[in-house]
Amino acid sequence: MKVPLSWLKDYVDVDIPAEELAQKLFSCGLEVEELVYVGQEIERCVVGRIVRIEPHPDSDHLQVCLLDCGSFGEAIQIVTGAHNIREGDLVPVALDGSSLHGGVKIKKGKLRGVASCGMLCSGEELGINGDWYDGADVNGILLLHGDPAPGSDIRPVVGLDDYIFDIAVTANRPDCQSVYGIAREVSAILGKPLKPLALDYTPASFSTADAVTVSVEAPDLCPRYIAHYVAGLNNAPTPLWMRRRLALCGLRSIRNVVDITNFVLLETGQPMHAFDVSHLAGKQIVVRRARQGEKIVTLDEKEFTLTSENLAICDAEKPVALAGIMGGLNSEIEENTPAVLFECAKFERANIRRTSRALGQKSDSSARYEKGVDAYTTGIAVNRALHLVQELGCGTIARDRFDINAETVQPKAVETTVSAINALLGIAVPREEICRILTSLNFSVTCEGDALTVLVPAYREDVEDYPDLAEEVIRMYGYDRIEGTFLRNASGTTGGLNAAQKLEARAAAALRGQGFCEAVTYSFISPKDYALLRMEEEGKRAIRIVNPIGEDMSLMRTTLVPSLLEAAVRNLRRGNDAGRLFELANIYLAEKQPLAAPPEERKTLGIAVWGAAEDFYTAKGAFAALEKELGLRLTYAAAQAPYLHPGMCAEVLLGDKRVGVLGCLAPDLAEQLSLDMPVYLGELDYAALAERADAAVHYAPLPKFPEVKRDLALLADEAVTCAEAEAVIEQSCKYVSAVHLFDVYRSEQLGAGKKSMAFSVTFTPREKAISPEEADGYIRRIVKALNEKLGLSQR
Amino acid sequence: MKERTESIKREIEQRFAAGGCATSKELIDLKMEYLGKGGKISALSKGMRDVPAEERPEAGRLLGELRAWAEELFNAREKELKRAELAAKVAGERIDVTMPAKFHAGGSVHPVTLVRRELEEIFAGMGFCVFEGPEIERDYYNFQALNIPADHPARDMQDTFFVGGEYLLRSQTSSGQIRVMEQTPPPIKVLSPGRVYRSDSDATHSPMFHQMEGLVVDKHVTLCDLKGILDEFARRMFTAETKTRFRPSYFPFTEPSVEVDLSCKNCGGKGCRICKGTGWIEVLGAGMVNRKVLANCGIDPDVYTGFAFGIGLERIAMIKYGIGDIRLLFENDVRFLRQFKD
Repeated sequence: MKVPLSWLKDYVDVDIPAEELAQKLFSCGLEVEELVYVGQEIERCVVGRIVRIEPHPDSDHLQVCLLDCGSFGEAIQIVTGAHNIREGDLVPVALDGSSLHGGVKIKKGKLRGVASCGMLCSGEELGINGDWYDGADVNGILLLHGDPAPGSDIRPVVGLDDYIFDIAVTANRPDCQSVYGIAREVSAILGKPLKPLALDYTPASFSTADAVTVSVEAPDLCPRYIAHYVAGLNNAPTPLWMRRRLALCGLRSIRNVVDITNFVLLETGQPMHAFDVSHLAGKQIVVRRARQGEKIVTLDEKEFTLTSENLAICDAEKPVALAGIMGGLNSEIEENTPAVLFECAKFERANIRRTSRALGQKSDSSARYEKGVDAYTTGIAVNRALHLVQELGCGTIARDRFDINAETVQPKAVETTVSAINALLGIAVPREEICRILTSLNFSVTCEGDALTVLVPAYREDVEDYPDLAEEVIRMYGYDRIEGTFLRNASGTTGGLNAAQKLEARAAAALRGQGFCEAVTYSFISPKDYALLRMEEEGKRAIRIVNPIGEDMSLMRTTLVPSLLEAAVRNLRRGNDAGRLFELANIYLAEKQPLAAPPEERKTLGIAVWGAAEDFYTAKGAFAALEKELGLRLTYAAAQAPYLHPGMCAEVLLGDKRVGVLGCLAPDLAEQLSLDMPVYLGELDYAALAERADAAVHYAPLPKFPEVKRDLALLADEAVTCAEAEAVIEQSCKYVSAVHLFDVYRSEQLGAGKKSMAFSVTFTPREKAISPEEADGYIRRIVKALNEKLGLSQR
Repeated sequence: MKERTESIKREIEQRFAAGGCATSKELIDLKMEYLGKGGKISALSKGMRDVPAEERPEAGRLLGELRAWAEELFNAREKELKRAELAAKVAGERIDVTMPAKFHAGGSVHPVTLVRRELEEIFAGMGFCVFEGPEIERDYYNFQALNIPADHPARDMQDTFFVGGEYLLRSQTSSGQIRVMEQTPPPIKVLSPGRVYRSDSDATHSPMFHQMEGLVVDKHVTLCDLKGILDEFARRMFTAETKTRFRPSYFPFTEPSVEVDLSCKNCGGKGCRICKGTGWIEVLGAGMVNRKVLANCGIDPDVYTGFAFGIGLERIAMIKYGIGDIRLLFENDVRFLRQFKD
């Protein structure tokens, strides 16, 4: 929202510097995102009087001028190529060392051997056009009118001495989306009176009804519709003051009546439209829902096909405007349009928003309607427009109007108390202060003891209850007067993490203990990720985002593997040749789509490991650490996963339940990703583990008798697994408390397809000590069982 | 007998004096020669048989004395030798203490987790518990119950991802507020941390980021209490000198609503590049819970008041650690991650 300081000053006597006002607005909730001095680009540029013009001795198109620039020099020589100047003219002079529009710097120099101590400027070089200063469009030097003193700063002369406040207006304050709305706030902030808008005009004797009939068939979407007829239009140019203000706000002057509607929009926040009455079939305006398939071409020459969801302003036959968004090309005001119908309406906010989004068509008007226009301002704005028609002398005004559903706006009343407001704030704002502040913001306040009856200004649709009033009070009274207290009156509560949250923190700590760095990756992945991992089918079940940023972030992941693989690949490409990553995050599982029930969000652990010292078993270490922390026992079995090495892939089991997968990225995928070392990937269903976790401490007394350890070297067929041998060892003797494989080797002597496995077996005595002879007996028993069940022999 | 014991004693003394036991081996040999089975002293003992009965007590005493004397002598010498040998061994053992340590480097905590944990610790101490709501939410919890009806302009404040039906990716952890208030009668003090999603991506915006919502509902809760809690947060998260500043703002679910700035820790409030010369850094939004929101959750707004605040965890991490680009937080470069320790 751009607000020129000069325009504000029409309504409030601003007597503090612009920077200070910006600061005050900021403190009161109107954040000035940018305060721009309009003439900021122009420096050392002054008014000069041309004293003498002589031809250049060495050029037939250049001229040498002598300028009187007052205190900057009364005889400054400047060479110019322009020919629209005469001796005695007043012109803008860019002195040596000056800056112009677009950052152009001017230094003295020589032009064909003649010294030139600056430059005479055109309007364009000052960054202005004819809307800023009459004659600024002329191709050549800008000739100044009036009698500005030579040597005076050019900026005030051409209208550049002004500030623009670019204000971010919050969504609850549509009433501040206008110059006058901001002026109301400034008046309250500065404690200065607000000057009223000039709304008066002298009507002619004819009636609007003589020219058109107006009806509203969709009052739910159009709470108020005002139509006022203006005839006898002329082509008088829009006066400079109005053009300049439009220009300051970034709008181009088009034609007097159109300029008036734009001016009123900026000043009051009320969008207006003007229809060329001669183009209205049947001399009718009907506000109705569009018919299915009806078409309209808007002023910017875009065609839209409408539905009954869209509100249209129509004549007897067809839409002539897309309500609240843009007028139709078919009723556009042209140069010789003789008469117009001014439309000033309140349209339902949500409908305009939906239509604007559905059609992808926006305008200054729709932006305001979407935020909300109040019916009170609708009534004011039409009068303001008619006043301007009269002031500009550009038409004659009908004596009456259509005002359909004219709301008899009843001011809302909020009944509250001084103590309720102060109880919410926590400080004691004096009653008089509360009344003063609310009154300065145009609330009417009746005060009886503690009780307050507050009538809300018609344009403040956001104020409904006493907290809204409390906010009005404190933003003007000053948030710096809120003093920190520490829940003085609140009840005590117990806080902290619950058991599940603590368990998760411990699980993460266990992984960090194994040297794993915690990663955070996006919850969304790409269909390509599933394709890469040959998991297209699973990808089809992933929850799809309807409006993703891009295809690459369009699916809610059902696995953490792609995200961690991507992180590993990125690291390897950056030369990080070793790393361990884990992420403990949700995957998203839908039973069916579109979603009919909340999808399951399942906490899952993913790991990625790479580096010269890593292998399947170092990666497995992560799971082992977790297993220990959670008091669980996981088992592993060779398995297949579409993206893992067929010989280096395990499924992870908790009891009979499959809870995860671990393995080495399939070599063909590694090659496809140009990886020069193996990456180990794993995933565990953390939620399933957490459900069965036993993280409590279980103390067992120390053994009474010493443990006995024996090493056992076995000759085995390749196919025999460690887990199989371990199981037999454990089952063969009840005193076995631990079995640990500490060496595996293969050699020619052992023979092809054979391997040696060396286990360390620990026996823990129970009732009495175990003698060496007994231990030998246990080992014989174990070897026998291994031989019978797995064909192993002792070496 | 006396001569014999005296003679052996002298003999031993001579052998010692002659350096006959400079090493452990010589000492052991010598000891065997006298005290071993069949050694010279043992031989004397065997000779006791031939000693007349009346002289035996005296002879036994002399022999005992000799044996005790010899054992003590040998033992003392043995200790002396061992000490010398150990000293010689230790003297030869020299290591380079500056060689690299052998250690197993621990992993690291993601900076966002680090901030989350610190916040949880700060607020747990004030009696807050932690509630984690779903990330895929119903429109009702993310918007409607928070006083943001369909087609409300406030929906434009956040570009939301939709996943079909009434479901969307929550755009704010405020959705957790509603779930807590529906389930728990006041007094309520709760944090609701987690992932949130908005369709926005550049150096300071990520389509996925983390927020932590804080909510207090009780009798007599005031805006001053909100200020007090956030002052404490600022001091403990940053420095004891950090100040907070409230300024008016708008959120549909709070009234009054405030934007909360922290004094810039880089310049201490004087104004610098990081705070764009203002001395303040915008960190969070907060306010008194809107009466409609309380009523939506079945809490009587005439009895209870409350406040809520929403903190962006990435934003805090970026300020606290001086991280310039939010994308670094999601690239998971191990050189970045390893810098953040427990």
